[in-house]
Parts: sequence; structure tokens; C-alpha cells
Amino acid sequence: MDNAFTEIAFWTLAIVTVGGALGVVRTHNMFRAALLLVVSFVGVAGIFALVNAEFLAVVQLLVYAGGVAVLVIFAAMITTNVTEGNRSTGTQPFAVLVSVVLLSALVFAILQAEWMLLPDDMPAPLAAAFVDTPAAIGRMLLNEFVLPFEIAGVVLLAAVIGALSLVRER
Amino acid sequence: MLERLLILSAILFCIGLYGALSRRHVIAVLISVEIMFNAVNIALVAFSRYVQPAALRATGEVTAVAESTVLAGQSFAVFVIVVAAAEVALGLALVIAMVRTKDSVDVTEASLMRR
Repeated sequence: MDNAFTEIAFWTLAIVTVGGALGVVRTHNMFRAALLLVVSFVGVAGIFALVNAEFLAVVQLLVYAGGVAVLVIFAAMITTNVTEGNRSTGTQPFAVLVSVVLLSALVFAILQAEWMLLPDDMPAPLAAAFVDTPAAIGRMLLNEFVLPFEIAGVVLLAAVIGALSLVRER
Repeated sequence: MLERLLILSAILFCIGLYGALSRRHVIAVLISVEIMFNAVNIALVAFSRYVQPAALRATGEVTAVAESTVLAGQSFAVFVIVVAAAEVALGLALVIAMVRTKDSVDVTEASLMRR
């Protein structure tokens, strides 16, 4: 796993992801922010593929880089003058402070914790689950997580009905 | 590798938090929240790949439980993506409703519920 290719891929994807996200929160042009958001999402999809989550990588591309990004771009274009209107609030210093404090706390906690890592040579049944993730996730969704799975369907239905009733012309 | 992925996730989360707190445009706040969702997903997937399932730790051998929970993190990430998609659809509907009623996309002007 820790070979040169993985290293290069990880750092490239990390820089793309973080750079895209920074661009999203810094730019004042909403259209550009939406496009940079796609860049960031694609970077995250690459990171998923790097850690044996191929199914999630594909879902990430379909749902985020596809669906969510198109929705955001449409909404940005029909609601505003896209080249301006992403000004900061007066809470900017406060926001920087909160983010930096939280980031230092998280990094400190991550480096302090003693993680119980999976051994590199995983027992064969576990390694098999990582080779065929869609099948393993599918089995899980219909066994352990069948109730959340059904609730997720209801949540999506409620969201669709709610969105339609919110934008309906009265 | 686990620490690196978690730190990447923490950085993304804090960028999203900064955006959500400091931006005025309601769509900018919404996509900052999406970045935070993505950060959480990276953490979930990293945990699922690199951390021992509790069942494996307890017995030391591969039980059916350990086998079926090794991908729990990835399944959680699927649910996070579902909720995030629902949240975007509703959020953008709210943006459109807000533009219709107040002709503004500034979150600081959304004060209808404040007395």
C-alpha cells in the first residue's frame, strides 16, 4: 500500500481537494465557487478510490460532482448576479478563530490517539470484503442496516415533497 | 496513512466551517456545509479501512460479526451522502423561496423568524 505511486496519488489528491475547498470559501464569484466545488468533490472521489472504497468513489462522482454540483450551479445562476454577492459577514475574524482552534484541537487529538490498526496482512475474509465493496455494502444495507435503509428512502421522499411545496407558486 | 487521512478530513472540515460562518451568500453557506459532509465521509472511509473492528479485537479471530462490520464505515458514508443530497435539494428550494419573498440571497437578511 505504501509505495511511491500511492504517496504521489495521495498528495496530489489532497492538494486538489484542499485547494478546491479553499477556493470555494475564498472566491467572490458564485459560479467559480460552484466549479471549484466540483474540483474538490472529484479529489475526494479519488481519495475514496485510494482507500479501497471504489463504490463510494463512483457514488461520489454521480451524486456530488454530478447532481449536487448541477443543482448548485443552476441555483446560483437563477438567483443572483453571480459575479458578486459572496461578501463576508462581519464575523470573519471570529470564523477564522473558531476554525483554527477546532483544527488544532482535532489534529492534536488525532496525533495523540492510539489507534487499533488493522494488520497489513488482513485475514482472508476481511481482505475479500475490501476487494468486492459494492457486494459487501449491499449485503450490509439489507441486513444490519435495513431499518436505516428504509428510513433513508422516506427521508428522500419527504425532501422531494418538501422541496416541491417550498417552490410551488401560490 | 490513517493519521494523514484524518488530518486531511479535519482540514477540509475546518475550511467548510470557516466558509459556513463567514460567508453572506446563502448558496455559499450551503456548499460550505457540503464540504463539511465530504470531510466526514473521508474520516468514515479511513476508519473503515484502517481501524480494527471491535469484534475482531475482542476475540482475535475473524468472526462473522467482524466480517460483516468491517465495511460499516463505508455504509455510514452511503447514508451521509443520502442525507446530504436531501439537504441540498431542500436548501436550494429554500434559497428560491427566499429570493421570491425577500429578493435577496444574504443570510443576514433572513430574519423573518426573529422578533
